[in-house]
Amino acid sequence: MDSRRSDSYHSQRPAMPLAVKILVAGGFGVGKTTLVGAVSEIRPLRTEERLTDRSLGIDDTTGVEQKTTTTVAMDFGRITLRDGLVLYLFGTPGQDRFWFMWDELALGALGAVVLADTRRLADSFPSIDYFERRGLPFIIGVNCFEGSFRYDSEEIRNALDLDPEIPVILCDVRQRESGKQVLITLVEHVLAVMARRQRTVGAGY
Amino acid sequence: MTGSESEWLDDEAGPVVRPYALTRGRTRPTREGFDLIAIIAAAATASFAPPGAGPEHLAILELCVRPHSVAEISAKLRLPLGVVRVLLGDLLEHGLIVVRKPASTNQTPNEHVLKEVLHGLKAL
Repeated sequence: MDSRRSDSYHSQRPAMPLAVKILVAGGFGVGKTTLVGAVSEIRPLRTEERLTDRSLGIDDTTGVEQKTTTTVAMDFGRITLRDGLVLYLFGTPGQDRFWFMWDELALGALGAVVLADTRRLADSFPSIDYFERRGLPFIIGVNCFEGSFRYDSEEIRNALDLDPEIPVILCDVRQRESGKQVLITLVEHVLAVMARRQRTVGAGY
Repeated sequence: MTGSESEWLDDEAGPVVRPYALTRGRTRPTREGFDLIAIIAAAATASFAPPGAGPEHLAILELCVRPHSVAEISAKLRLPLGVVRVLLGDLLEHGLIVVRKPASTNQTPNEHVLKEVLHGLKAL
């Protein structure tokens, strides 16, 4: 596949980084893109996907003559962690539709941050349900909007009916340091989940 | 196939989506699935592109002189992801790009990569 003519070109080309991704989910207006923008080294970009027959399911080819075209938009940012390792942060599209796009986003993701607003906690339920069903590790980031009553993490955990090991972190998604801390908390959680799963597997022998 | 244009573009026909005209109606790439964060780099300059290559193919090659993810290509060239994937499939067929797949494409991320990510985030 690689032709000979490209060999000299290869040697001049910058090395290709390894890419990983983290998802940022949560209800409408909870600050997903703000978080992405606060930690990203680039202004958040927007990619779009047109709804095609792919989203209708493999077996369902009937009725395509009536399909409507919808555009799903996703905002994302990028953090170069070191030379050769790049982290992409994807804001998930609207929760009630576009589950096919969530499946694609979740595939191979390290984990997810579910942003919650204490004034509208129920808005984060669909995201939580989705990641629980899929078995993708996630944490809750409670975006502390000005004017919203401050609850502590335990109150929020109870209200969301979360397992005790799932971290709940209070944050201000506009602040880079705060956003960074959210991501660190997530990756530490993913490592802890992995260690637990390995112990469980080990205990089976 | 002999109907007038107005017959073709009635409501039953659905909306006309111009971007897929770039792919001559194809909605799937030929081989590679092209993950959102697969990294694409040009393996040759646009001057090596075959005569049939469209301006969008050339735009991808020019952009990917520096490696870019599939999502970035879509965003920067303002083309829907599905279209970008088909065009990338064409370029791959001709050996004009190289692809680096993401670190993990299943449910179990690599522990070593996770630790690298953690160190990288702490050092930001």
